[in-house]
Amino acid sequence: MAAAAAQTNGSAIYGDWPGRYFHVDQVLDRPGPRTDPSFLAGDGVKKFLREECKILVIGAGGLGCEILSNLALLGFKDIHVIDMDTIDISNLNRQFLFRPKDVGQPKATVAAEFVMKRVPGVKVTPYFGKIQDKDDDYYMQFNLVICGLDSVEARRWMNATLVNLVDPENPESLKPLIDGGTEGFKGQARVILPTVSSCYECSLDMLNKPTAFPICTIANTPRLPEHCIEWASVLEWPRVWKDKKMDTDDPEHIGWLYNVAAARAKEFKIEGVTWSLTQGVVKNIIPAIASTNAIIAASCCNEAFKIATSSAAYLNNYFMLIGTDGVYSYTFEHERRPECPVCGGESVELSISRDWTVDRLIEMLVEKQDIQIKKPSLSTPTKQIYFQAPPQLEEATRPNLEKRVSELVPNGGEVTVTASSLPFSLSLRITFI
Amino acid sequence: MIKIWSMKKNEDAAAKKKPKTSAAQIRVQKDLTELDLPSTMKTNFPDATDLLNFTLTITPDEGMYKGGAFVFSFVINTNYPHDPPKVKCTQKIYHPNVDLEGNVCLNILREDWKPVLNLNSVMVGLQYLFLEPNADDPLNKEAAEDLRRDRDQFLANVRSSLKGGYVKGVSYDRVAVS
Ligand SMILES: [Zn+2]
Repeated sequence: MAAAAAQTNGSAIYGDWPGRYFHVDQVLDRPGPRTDPSFLAGDGVKKFLREECKILVIGAGGLGCEILSNLALLGFKDIHVIDMDTIDISNLNRQFLFRPKDVGQPKATVAAEFVMKRVPGVKVTPYFGKIQDKDDDYYMQFNLVICGLDSVEARRWMNATLVNLVDPENPESLKPLIDGGTEGFKGQARVILPTVSSCYECSLDMLNKPTAFPICTIANTPRLPEHCIEWASVLEWPRVWKDKKMDTDDPEHIGWLYNVAAARAKEFKIEGVTWSLTQGVVKNIIPAIASTNAIIAASCCNEAFKIATSSAAYLNNYFMLIGTDGVYSYTFEHERRPECPVCGGESVELSISRDWTVDRLIEMLVEKQDIQIKKPSLSTPTKQIYFQAPPQLEEATRPNLEKRVSELVPNGGEVTVTASSLPFSLSLRITFI
Repeated sequence: MIKIWSMKKNEDAAAKKKPKTSAAQIRVQKDLTELDLPSTMKTNFPDATDLLNFTLTITPDEGMYKGGAFVFSFVINTNYPHDPPKVKCTQKIYHPNVDLEGNVCLNILREDWKPVLNLNSVMVGLQYLFLEPNADDPLNKEAAEDLRRDRDQFLANVRSSLKGGYVKGVSYDRVAVS
């Protein structure tokens, strides 16, 4: 590393040496037939990639380790990574940035140190914590975001945050999101251009849902070790521990479930209940195969590189890989859903008098030609304004009808309107005159 | 960087930022305010400002469970509608598809849940369990066995359980509407 640092080829970038980027530069020095017209061949694009571009990686697990090393080797120099987990011994079989001595340490920190040590000149900034800890200003600093997560909930949050970040008056606020995911031999990589192309929420109903077994099978006719484990976690835990919350990261809780499941398995002569299967079932751990992770992470990083440099056409917008029966891959454009609760729906600016009551506003929504909503229900992000149903909530919110909108909504505030005549929702931004 | 901005449609330029209301929250609002419940079902919110925790009372007006009032708790998490609502019967009732802990065997609450389903579908599904109890998906094996073997005896057991009586040594909660 010292030798590499000393040997610079006239470039100011620390850690570079002659020929370091020889191969990558083949695609950066001259445009190809389908290169975007805005492509700045040569120094322009290299300077952006290696000195200016700031990229955020969400997740430093199976996909994250691959993504971080790929990005560093592609020439990204300013990489940030967020992960809330610490390293478990079971991660070491595929999360190759970690060693036995790292067990118990934060994944983000260890991964960052490893990549920085291995790839001279790259800066990886770790954050050990939740994506939800960070605010809009934090996410605003990046040029693009890559997600390598195994949680639907975290992805939905990240997607909604980036869609919400888009400010019509600021082109910089639109951050491409590249999302990778794997399950066994299957995987997908996709490019999401928030508010421009289909978002994660648009395709929520396409997801494979985790296998759930009918509760009566679990209760009466268990045949699989998984049935015994679900019996312990879904039926026995709440029966024995009542309202005590199960913590799937607590070894004592897993141990209890394991013992209960093992006894059940013995009773029904079922083999295969183990401690790690118990943990896998209750934490809904999806089988992760290192090579599938490698394919998907590499696809994500190729797209990040192409988007950051404009050097080649990028994925539009969904790539899926199915390796369970031979190898099948399919790339298609997933369409935006107009009724998507995150990127779809309509947003309407409304200027009304400070004196208008909620009742008057509703009357206007029902009558206004271009809106025409039957029986609208209204809320702000923090409270209900008026609900048409169910009866109890209608009664509870009815006094608000007489109140002035300006008492309930701040100037410039958001009101979410739902109604059966709307496919999803309408958002109003209310200003007072 | 690619120039994405020019791909944004002009009509979007007029629209301001999207609301901060979460997708789950909007979806729950939509589901609840469009509930179209028959007079046999009623929701109750212990805290009217908390839409994620409430109960549903079902009072069947026909079938073998006529005369009972059955209360189910609903808990919705922030990953709704990817995750189904968690539904439990809050009373100890004699029913082939409900166990003594209140777990309910209804396919759309677990293995057949899809985000296109909504709270109305779940509530209608629950009500159906009281009109057509199903001996093939038992959670209360005794009750299922009784239903399969002798429908009249089963009905008599239901009647006595509604009044808070014993069925085969198990005492049930009184759920009869007076
Ligand atoms: Zn969307």
